Amino acid sequence: MSYISLSDKDKKEMLDRAGAASMEALFDSLPEEIRLKRRLDVPDGLTEPELLARLEEIAGRSAYGRCLSFLGAGAYRHLIPTVVDALSSRGEFLSPYTPYQPEVSQGTLQVIFEYQTLICQLTGMDIANASLYDGASAAAEAALMANRLNGRPRVLLPRSLHPQYRRTIETYTRNTDLELVPVGYGGDGRLDLGELESKLDDRTAAVLCQSPNYFGVIEDIKAVSDLAHRRGALAAAVVAEALSLGILEAPGRMGADIVAGEGQSFGLPLGFGGPTLGFMSCARDFLRQLPGRLSGLTVDAEGRRGFVLTLSTREQHIRREKATSNICTNQAWCALRATIFLETMGHDGLRELACQNIHKTRYALEKLSGIPGVAPRFSGPVFNEFVLRLPGKWAVLDARLREKDILAGVGLEGDFPDLKDCVLVNVTETHSREDIDRLADSLREALR
Amino acid sequence: MNREPLIFEVSDKGKRAFRLPKLDVPFRKDLLENCPLRREVEGFPQVSEVEIVRHFTRLSQLNYAVDIGFYPLGSCTMKYNPKVNERAAALPGFAGVHPLAPAEYAQGCLEVIKRTEELLCEIAGMDAFTLQPAAGAHGELVGMMLIRARLTDRGDPRKVVLIPDSAHGTNPSSAHLCGYQVREIKSDGRGRVDVAGLERALTPDVAALMLTNPNTLGVFETEIKKIAALVHDRGAFLYMDGANMNALCGICRPGDMDVDVIHLNLHKTFSTPHGGGGPGAGPVGVKKELAPYLPVPVVVRKEGRLVAEEDRPESIGRVRTFNGNFLVVVKALAYILSLGAEGLREMSEVAVLNANYIRKSLEGIYHLQYPAPTLHECVFSDKLQKPHGVSNLDIAKRLIDYGVHPPTMSFPLIVPGALMIEPTETEPRRELDVFIEAMKAIAREAKESPELLKSAPHAAPVRRLNETAAARNPVLRWTEDMKEPSRT
Repeated sequence: MSYISLSDKDKKEMLDRAGAASMEALFDSLPEEIRLKRRLDVPDGLTEPELLARLEEIAGRSAYGRCLSFLGAGAYRHLIPTVVDALSSRGEFLSPYTPYQPEVSQGTLQVIFEYQTLICQLTGMDIANASLYDGASAAAEAALMANRLNGRPRVLLPRSLHPQYRRTIETYTRNTDLELVPVGYGGDGRLDLGELESKLDDRTAAVLCQSPNYFGVIEDIKAVSDLAHRRGALAAAVVAEALSLGILEAPGRMGADIVAGEGQSFGLPLGFGGPTLGFMSCARDFLRQLPGRLSGLTVDAEGRRGFVLTLSTREQHIRREKATSNICTNQAWCALRATIFLETMGHDGLRELACQNIHKTRYALEKLSGIPGVAPRFSGPVFNEFVLRLPGKWAVLDARLREKDILAGVGLEGDFPDLKDCVLVNVTETHSREDIDRLADSLREALR
Repeated sequence: MNREPLIFEVSDKGKRAFRLPKLDVPFRKDLLENCPLRREVEGFPQVSEVEIVRHFTRLSQLNYAVDIGFYPLGSCTMKYNPKVNERAAALPGFAGVHPLAPAEYAQGCLEVIKRTEELLCEIAGMDAFTLQPAAGAHGELVGMMLIRARLTDRGDPRKVVLIPDSAHGTNPSSAHLCGYQVREIKSDGRGRVDVAGLERALTPDVAALMLTNPNTLGVFETEIKKIAALVHDRGAFLYMDGANMNALCGICRPGDMDVDVIHLNLHKTFSTPHGGGGPGAGPVGVKKELAPYLPVPVVVRKEGRLVAEEDRPESIGRVRTFNGNFLVVVKALAYILSLGAEGLREMSEVAVLNANYIRKSLEGIYHLQYPAPTLHECVFSDKLQKPHGVSNLDIAKRLIDYGVHPPTMSFPLIVPGALMIEPTETEPRRELDVFIEAMKAIAREAKESPELLKSAPHAAPVRRLNETAAARNPVLRWTEDMKEPSRT
């Protein structure tokens, strides 16, 4: 299938106008030695029905769809209202570029403005950007931003931070002067505040505290922020499960200076991990160091309200190597979906959704803990994920459960050698009581 | 024109657009007793479903889009985004799969990644690709990290990256984020890299040359082989910004030009929708020497099965979560499979034909600073209109009145008052002609009634917006005390 719109007559007349004897001749400026003298080794083009058949066949090889899955760990299955797909798939939203011509981009710009507002409201901060790539790169940008703000070289990373976030931050900061310092967790699964206090010093730029953390445990952001501020360091809250913001106190109201996170839970499908949505918000004082695009309010020549991309002197296309980040293309359409999702859920719906996650998770936690030998690994309060310690080898149990097409969770030993035979289980509103009971029954059986 | 209110301005307590099924587990009062919970999310909207649907439908109507008409933004490759690709990306075997699903449950997704990597290797002439980077700039960063890792293993990461003055702003920014100083090299009188200047700039502390080819003028760097040889001779690497790959598919391959690292923009060349600013994808291709350093995970075939390998000691590590912007990759794969080998070549040929058709139609009416032959785009300037007090901004805004989107403005920086036009291959001739006639009419208007241009647009949902005021007093979110300014 070709998407060319020219007829043969068009081509001929246009070649004439262009002064080229043939299509070949259009490339006369290319040296002969580098020209490809053969056809690309790419199969013949497909028609739409052939294409769909081919891709359906490939998609069908992913057996995940038949599983009862409790995988979470930074990617969560939540309800997506029909309006999210219906509205976000409009060509007027899908097919424009970055709104650099504001007069013909008011739709996108107002959506971004509303998105920024929603993120500020949820995180309790003054300003938010128009999106970053994902939660991990947003966390990395937060570390770099903290360093720009106070010039200090150390960043404290709790071991309870999502391991993929930690590795991304390591990659992003490898060629900078930043030093990354790990901080351990206690028996409740929370950041070890004593260790944090001892590692905070006047060279510390920030502590990045994920809440709920990788183990699903809700951190005491206020205590962490207070300790950080006492040494003049910044507190950056990292949120990998943004739905938690519907019920937990906003990080900004507990002292966080920067909030960076992952917005996948807001209307974005699992999609094998992407595209999702990095978000970032902060105190107004930090505006000049915030990475990413911003939509701002202004007026047109007749004094009517309008929106424009603003403060672009922070960005690469103006500031080049002195920019706050190299980011250009962001995740605008994902932010649109999040905006539709959040406005559809609304104030009461979002809270109820978050509450259902807490209730179902508690039900699952108690149900599973009732199985002999199975116990919660940590005592701290959880949102919609928890770590279980199993009385048998996780690999063996996992294999037995997979025979029944149950994926009980993410094994932790690979990333945390001290969490041998521990599994991270995620429960959301999409799991029914029967699903949870089936998991419990199957685990009980697998342990026999 | 009716203005669409902010959703917060139509919100009213108790309205709902969505209801959840009843909780099917026991309700408990004692949950999270010791955690600080919020009573409310202050100002969070409460509206009905009808209000949601109308709000976003009306907002969508304030946008110009490729689905509406000609969108000749230079360097952005605003081609048509086939609808079937959206359907492909929504297949449950792609959209519904958890990124941490064990490999045996995700073979289809892993196949998409492997197959797309193989196709991109063939199209670009590279040995290996990673699909991890989320966008072009992310790809640049990854590419520079690969070079740095390799040089470090050779004993010295070096200090400097050379970048032509015509480059995208992301190039210097990405190099800087990777710990390199940026040294700008001047273009020659034809808009190409000045090879003699490059040779002088290639000191022993140079790690890489970042080169866009065809460059941002749409001009092919004809001395690319010589440039590559010079760079390699000094032990440095040649990085190619593949943003303009839309001109080259099936015509020539960066790998055959001795490029060491390239990033491609799937949202440009391979037609995944720009979505109002993203998501894109910026896959990075490398030659063998750099392949061990690619970010994890890497999809490999083992005993007839595909697995995502994490444990690769020489890898630069992770650059984001999970498996990249996977559903964007699905759309690009769908596009490549639809076009096939012949279609890809025709894509580049017609992209170049359309650009040259526009160029020839407007030459003389608008100033062309660099007369060298161009491929997929051409860069005019406002030099001939300047004497009438009219700038490229005025021309761009006036185009809106003619129903087409303006070209890219003021870039590349080596052309003052630039108007950078990239029609892409999917445009019908009629739409090209509408644009050409509009540009001609505007050139006449610039002479006869420049005020018309300076006060444009006249037919957009809003008149010209005050960007200075937005930056001087940044209002970046709605607050309860916000009032719509009264009309003057």
